[in-house]
Order: sequence, then C-alpha cells, then structure tokens
Amino acid sequence: MRFNLDNIDRRWIFLMMLITVAGPILWQLAFPEIPTPYARAVFDAIESLKPGDKVLVAFDYDPASEAELGPMATDFVHHCCEKKVKMYFISLWPVGPVMVQDAIRNIIEADYPQMVYGQDYVNLGYKSGYEGVIKVIVTDLRTLYPTDTRGNNIDQIPMCRDVKNIQSMKLIVDISAGYAGAKEWTQYAAVPYADKMKLVSGSTGVQSPQLFPYLPDQMVGLLGGIKGAAEYEKLVNDKYSGPTPSPKYQEAIRRMGPQLFAHLLMIGLIIVGNVLYFTQRRRKGRSR
Amino acid sequence: MKTETRIWLVIFVLAAACLAWDVGDRGASRAYVREVDGRVAPATVADYVAGTAQFSLSRTIGIWVAALLTLGIFSFLYRDNPFYKLTESILVGVSAAYWMVVAYWDVLIPNLFGKIWPGWIQSWAMPGLSPQRDEYWFVYLVPLALGIMLLWRLSPRGSWIGLWPLAFSIGATAGLRLVAYFQADFLGQIRSGIMPLAFFKDSTLDVERSIENIVLVTGTICCLAYFFFSFEHKGTIGRASQIGVWVLMITFGAGFGYTVMGRIALLAIRLEFLFDDWLWLIDPSQRRLGM
Repeated sequence: MRFNLDNIDRRWIFLMMLITVAGPILWQLAFPEIPTPYARAVFDAIESLKPGDKVLVAFDYDPASEAELGPMATDFVHHCCEKKVKMYFISLWPVGPVMVQDAIRNIIEADYPQMVYGQDYVNLGYKSGYEGVIKVIVTDLRTLYPTDTRGNNIDQIPMCRDVKNIQSMKLIVDISAGYAGAKEWTQYAAVPYADKMKLVSGSTGVQSPQLFPYLPDQMVGLLGGIKGAAEYEKLVNDKYSGPTPSPKYQEAIRRMGPQLFAHLLMIGLIIVGNVLYFTQRRRKGRSR
Repeated sequence: MKTETRIWLVIFVLAAACLAWDVGDRGASRAYVREVDGRVAPATVADYVAGTAQFSLSRTIGIWVAALLTLGIFSFLYRDNPFYKLTESILVGVSAAYWMVVAYWDVLIPNLFGKIWPGWIQSWAMPGLSPQRDEYWFVYLVPLALGIMLLWRLSPRGSWIGLWPLAFSIGATAGLRLVAYFQADFLGQIRSGIMPLAFFKDSTLDVERSIENIVLVTGTICCLAYFFFSFEHKGTIGRASQIGVWVLMITFGAGFGYTVMGRIALLAIRLEFLFDDWLWLIDPSQRRLGM
C-alpha cells in the first residue's frame, strides 16, 4: 500500500475511520444534547397522553437498523410505560416481533414488572402485506390479527376486546427503517384519518429526509437517526430517570460520541480532497 | 511467502495470543443465563458470582459466531476473500429461511388456512384460534386460488397461468398507491405549502417563523421552476431555476449527511459489540461491575 495523498489507497481511510470510531467507544466519551423542536414534538405528543390511553407501537425494523432504532425503541417504550398507556405492538417487518420481544424483556419485564401482558401491553406480531396491512387494520384489526404472537385468541385478550380497528388508538408510534414504515403509516393511516389518529415516528438517518415534508401537518414529530434518538432520550431521562439514569436508557447519547469524531474526520477528508483537487487543477493550468 | 502474507500472519498470531489471554485469564466472551418464571433469560457476571446464574455454552458459542461473522464482513474492506463470501452466503441463506418460516406461521397458517379450515388448524397448529368459520370465509378461496396459480410459474408447462395473479397484484397495488400518493404527497403537500409569509403570534410579528416560511415557500417554487420545461430557462424563470438547483443541492447534501450518520452508527454498534460482549474491554451496560 502506497501512502500518497494525491492517490491515497482507500484502505487508509477505512483504517482512519475505524480508529476514529473505536476511540470514543473505548473511552466512552459522551456529549451534552440540546433537543430540537422535532424531538420535543414527539416527546410532547406522548406526554399529552393520559393513563389508559391506547397507543399502537409499530416496530418496523430489523437487526440491521438496531444501531439507530434500538435506542429509539427503548426510549419510546420507557416513555409509554411511565405514562401508563396501553401498548399494542405490531410489525410490518418479519423480524420486528423479535425486536418487540427484546423491548418487552429488557424494559417492561425488567423495570415495570407490575405491568400485565394482555392488560397493559400485547404483542400482535407480524403480518405480511406491507401497506396492505395498514389499509386493512384501519377499518378491521380482528380479521388480520385473530391471535397474538403467543397464540392467544384476540377475543380472550382483555385489552383487545373493545378494539375493532386502530382508529381507537390515541397515537401511532412508528419506528421505521424503510419500506414498509413511516411513509406508509402516514399515507394510509395518519392522512386519511387525520381527525382520529396522530402519528409520531423515529426513523433511520437514510429515510429521514423523505419524511421531513410530512411535518408538522401529516406527522406530529420525527426523530431523525441516532441524533434524534439522543435528543428524545435526554427529554425522557430529564423527566423520568432521575440524576443517574440506567445505562440502557443512555444508549443513544452514548453513541453520539463516535458520531462527533467520525463527522470531524469526514469534514476534514472533504476539505483535504477539495484542496488537493484545486491544487492539481491549478498545476495543470500552469503546465499548459 | 510474500511480505504481505507474512505481515498478516504476524498480526493474526498476535491477535490470537491476546484473545487467548483475554478469554483464559479474564473469562471474556462468556455468556450467563438465569431462570425467570420458568423461562431462560440473559444474566450478568454479577448474577453468576452471586450464584443465581449459570454459564451458557450455547450463548457463548453464539457470541463467538457473531464476532467472527462480523470480522468476516469487515474483511471485505481490505479485499474480497473466501471468509467474506462464506459470511455473506450464511446471511443470505439464513434470511431467506427465516422469511419463509415466518411467512408460513404468521400469515399462511392464521390468515389463509385458519380462515378456510379453522377447526383443523386449531387442532394441530393454533390452539388459540376460534374453530368457527367467519360468515364470508369462502372469500379466502380467492387468494388460495391465486397463490396456487402463482406457483404454476415453476411448472414447465402452463407457466402463463402465473401471469394472472401477478396482473391482479400489480393492478391492486397501483390503484392503492395512486390514491395514497395523491392524498398524502400531492394534495397534502400543496396544502402544507400554503402558509403566511408574515407570521404573527399574539399580534406580534414572529421574525424567525416568518423567515422559515419565506425560505420554505421560495425554495418550493424555485425547485418547481427547475422542473418546469414548457418555457426556456431564461430571465425570471432562469434565475428561479438556478436557485432551485441550489436548494436541491442543499437537500442532497442533507440527505448525504444523514446517510453518513446512519452508517457510522452501524459501525459503532458492531465495534461496541466486539469490545463489550466479545472482548470485555468496555462495560457500558455495567453488567460486569465489581470484576
């Protein structure tokens, strides 16, 4: 491998990025977060719920997006547990129910053992059909979900007995990694039934730019990538976690340390690349 | 032996020695479990030391497999190699099998066979399912027939039969999406773009919000001007389309920034896994307190 700035081997850049990201992880560097209005809107939407209100929580992601969406999911469930709302978990992604099960085990069963399955929360699981699933459950939940993931008949689950469709939900919380996700929930639930349902979403960084146009009329709030998760996490922790929050409720803030240094490296590389480009162009101009 | 091979051999031997010391001396990469309400749940080292948890061989193997597969994927950054190919093939195979099993148990069984033959499905697959048929159960014969017709594509003769369910699927999806995009993305965005350029809050001009609205409306109009091809881009339309290009470039830049953030987050979580669960170099979740 030759080290020449004009024609640098890209593997040197990979190595620099590895060291830049690994350093803050090893030294566990974290920085303060200032919540933006978008994160505050998400927080306020959940904060305005009353105990016993019904909330549909859609885990539309898989382990490939766990890095960004895992902390968001943890914070959403943590916040909903503190507000004592009833959570109906579903997923439009096949691996989603496993992520739901993780959240139930790590948050609800670990920190809120008084909450009862079937009375305070239920995991309805995955159905294939993408936006088709949303289109059906806005008018009829029970046809598509005859049982939950444990095989219980929906008629025998106390918190599902009076739920005909998702129009009775006070809020839809969608954690979205792509298709099907926040865009489809906006198009098929939040917009056609704007007078009945509100939608807040947490999405991956890649997907966020295409969701911002929906704010604030069609979507109440949006957490964009790990940065949005960190801002929301700060708001939830400030209100509910006391002076020393559990480490599992600080995942997003912790992951912002590597972000800062990696972004500084990226900016540095872009500047160096541009300087080299203009220097070479000037040299070529002189040689002509 | 090439110099490059020699260097890599030395690196591998050193890494293996460090790993052996880490695992042997500190017990790194071990997983522990405990029983909670008759179910096996992950436990910490502290639980193990307190005698309430036990060593789990299967989960320890799981950590090792995950770590080696992570390194296998990372190895592509150096160059394509058999270890990367193996890891990629495992990922593709496992994903395909998982999708098939989930689709069978979560969709075909409860939502198709469970609707047509509920009693039979309840007897062997889903005890929670009601044995009574719905009033309009026969409607589900249509998707069953379409599904069988779709599978006909695999047959050497009469594969054209599979085109019918495909045509149905394409038509239904197109119709469904047309309405949704028209409502949410066309009409909805036009409505959201109509906003006061001078925004008053309690009879006082809100300067920040007004600037926001002016930038948004101007940016939208200029971007639309760029895509307006009925007139030559000269004069006012030309200047507006030039601004539109800048707005688009800024949007693409923001998109790129968000993508970078997402990719760094992915790298960070894999490194966190390697340093925490596998090598025990860090303990962000405080699972090994007192060690």
